[in-house]
Parts: sequence; C-alpha cells; structure tokens
Amino acid sequence: MEIVIAIKDLKKKFGSNEVLTGIDLTVQKGENVVILGKSGSGKSVTIKCIAGLLTQDEGSLKVFDEEVKDLDEDALKALRCRLGFLFQGAALYDSMTVRENLVFPLKRVLKLRDKDEIQKRCEEVLQAVGLEDAIDKMPSDLSGGMRKRMGLARTLVVKPEIILYDEPTTGLDTITSKEISHLVMDMKQQYQTTSVIITHDIPCAKITADRILIIDGGKFIAEGTYDALENSEDKYIRSFFK
Amino acid sequence: MLLQMPFKQTLIYIADQADFLRSFFKNIFKKGFEWEELFRQSYIIGYKSIGITVLTGFILGVVLTLQSQPTLKDFGAESYIPRMVAVSIIREIGPVIIALICAGKIASGIGAELGSMNVTEQIAAMEVSGANPVQFLVVPRILACAIMVPLLTILADAMALFGGYAASALGGDMTLQLFFSKALGGLDYSDIIPAFIKTIFFGFAIGFIGCFKGFNSNKGTESVGLAANSAVVTASIWIIVIDGIVVQVSNSLLYG
Repeated sequence: MEIVIAIKDLKKKFGSNEVLTGIDLTVQKGENVVILGKSGSGKSVTIKCIAGLLTQDEGSLKVFDEEVKDLDEDALKALRCRLGFLFQGAALYDSMTVRENLVFPLKRVLKLRDKDEIQKRCEEVLQAVGLEDAIDKMPSDLSGGMRKRMGLARTLVVKPEIILYDEPTTGLDTITSKEISHLVMDMKQQYQTTSVIITHDIPCAKITADRILIIDGGKFIAEGTYDALENSEDKYIRSFFK
Repeated sequence: MLLQMPFKQTLIYIADQADFLRSFFKNIFKKGFEWEELFRQSYIIGYKSIGITVLTGFILGVVLTLQSQPTLKDFGAESYIPRMVAVSIIREIGPVIIALICAGKIASGIGAELGSMNVTEQIAAMEVSGANPVQFLVVPRILACAIMVPLLTILADAMALFGGYAASALGGDMTLQLFFSKALGGLDYSDIIPAFIKTIFFGFAIGFIGCFKGFNSNKGTESVGLAANSAVVTASIWIIVIDGIVVQVSNSLLYG
C-alpha cells in the first residue's frame, strides 16, 4: 500500500510549552486514521503541521513523499490542492452564500472558469452531503450540523486525496454527530479519500476508524483497532472508551 | 501602544509590519488580481462612507466660518473668509479630519472583520485550501482605502466650501458665485497637490493597519474587539505622523 503521510519524531513547542514531544505516524492511501486524545494533547497541532499551517521544530513530516517544511510557496499550494481540511467550526466564509463558498476554491484553487462545470460540481457535493436546498443561503442561516455538512462539501468540491478532520462532531447533538460520522464514511467510499480524523468523541471514532492512535502529552501512547484498544490491558487506555 | 512595549517586542512588531508590507506588495503584482473584490471593497469603503463624509465636511465649513467670522470682522478682513476657509480646509483640516473619521469607521471595520475571520479560522481555511488570503483579503482592502479616502476627502472639501458659503450667507449678503470665486481664486497647486498626495498615504495607512491588526489578532472573541480598537488607535497615530512628514517634505520642496 502507498504511504501518503509519514511523520517521524515530530516535535513542536510554543514558547516553553512543548505540545508535540515526538510523534511517529504513517498513513496509507485509503485509510481512515483516528487520533484520539484529551483537549490540549496536541491533536490539532498535529494536523495543522500536516496541512502546513504550522511548522515543526524538529522531526520529519512527509505528505505524498514531500517534506512539508521544505516546500516553497508554490509547491505548498500545489500540495494543498490535494489536501482537504474540515475545521472544527467549519470555517465557512460568512460574507458569502453557500454557493459562493463552494465556488471560491473552484475558481481560485482549481482555476475553473466553465460555469456549467462549476454549477455541476457544486450541485454534486451539495447532493452528497444532503444540502441541495441550501445553495443560496448564508452560513448564518445554517444549523450546527448543516454547517459541518457544508464545510465538508466545500472540502470535497476540489476532490482532495486526503481529508484532515478537526473534531468533526464537536458541538453537535448525539444524533447529528452520528449522521456526520456516517457521512464521513460515505464520502470516503464515494470520493476514495484518505482521512485523518482527530476527535475525542468515542462513537465518532468507532464509526469512522480503520485504526486509532491515542495521543497523550504530545506523543502517541497506543495504536490499534477500536476493539483492540477498548479491550486493552492498560487501564488508562481503556479509560478513553468509557 | 508601541510605547508600552518592551524593546524586543517593539522590534518584533516592526518586523512583522515590514513582513506584512512586503507580502502586500508581492501580492499586488501576482497573477489573478481580485478586481471584483477591489470593486466590492471600494463600494463598502467609499460609497457607504459618503453620508458621514458629507455631513462632516459641511459642518466643518460652517463651524470654521462661524468661528473665524468675528475675528476677521474686527480686522475688516471679512472678505478673506472664503479664501481662509478654502486654504485651511483643503490643505489641512479636510484631509486630516476625514482620515481620522475613516480610521474610526474603516480601520475598525476591517480590523474587526479580519479579526473575526481569523478567530473562526476562515483565513486558515483559505490558506489550507490553496487560495491566497493576502491576495483576496488584504490587497483589495488596502488599495480600496488608498483610492477611496482621497475621493472622500475631495467630497468633504467641496461640502466644507458649501458649508462655509451657507454660514457666510446667513451672516451677510455673500452669493454662491462670489464665495466660490474668492475661495478657489485663493488656491494654487501647492495647496492642492500635497494635500491630495497625503490623503493617498492616509488611505493606505488606514487599510494597512486595519488589515495588519485583523490578520494578526489572537484567538478568542476578545481579540476581535482588541484588533478593532488597536486598528483605530494605531491608524490615527499614523495619520498624524504622516501628516507631519508630508507637511515638512512639501514645505521644503515648495518653499525651500
């Protein structure tokens, strides 16, 4: 299997606060990896480093076999065209309608100019996430769950190969959380994406994970399938699943 | 604000601003200039500030005339009122007052808008999607300010002259034609050109500071307010500093 993300001994600190103390991770193409951990354990920092939003202090981080910190502006832009990032709050551009949110990356990142092609892509992703009727709404008119769906639609519209999910179910009720988790799986099937999902939501991890890594104190302390970790001999590891 | 910082932080702050400025100039000439966004921002910054500009300009003219009328009357120099109003409004009061008003209205708006986008990770979302947030958010806003603030100042100057005429007409038998002929007759290019040039710098400073503060706001809702507030204070200080520099430079160029 092709390795799309390879991280070795990744370290990152902010001032004197060491957030990542030595992360090792490989993600294979088509795999759904869930990073589980408490707040402040370094989950978000890890995926922000993968996306090139933060630069590590030490260690190696390769995406599609390219060392992210060594990429120049254009190469990083090209890499980001192959990555999708769903932010915790969806990060919808609130001065734009749903349609404009979708058109934005199509015009500026993929440089699409054909109106029919743009319209087709927008309709296709909105249909995939079940938001066909919201195309002319403003983000402020959408509910929490709809915003997440919309965020996912905007991520998918450029057809990324890897999607990084930052707490996709945070702030949602149990039913909507499950819907979003199943949607993540549906999108994986439909768009053949690789996913790195960071969460502290156990049901979400159970639904979406091929493999789970538990992060604590800035490094991974356990790795395995959901069932294996849930029945771990280590009491501390089991405590994450209660 | 700058004065309250320790030396090292002050240097970092200046370096950050220099880097932001470099990034702005680098992105102006990049392929894919955001014309549509420039027009949209020009509309928001310019058209939506017309009301306050007209009102301020008119009242400035009225007040300046009413305040100076008694003194000039004592010296028998009442006929100099149109010229005095025109020179003082066009050379100094109009540009500075309108720039300060724009700092309050526009720099705070930009600071709050971009600060809020930063807090809600919209800027990071643009960046991570491969779009260029400086090209889309910063360049059009700064250019729109640099274009619209001079135009707003011209409008305010014209309204101030009308205000001056209205106040003169109330207290005497001044006609509109006579007022404007005396006001404009007393002006030459050395009054108009340096004043116009400095409004471009004022506009640039307003847009630049608003964008810089918003872009570099911290996380958390409180920082949105701080970004807006800091944008107004810093832009106002810059306006006064630029005014001082431009007056000094233009005086030495024009009068030796």
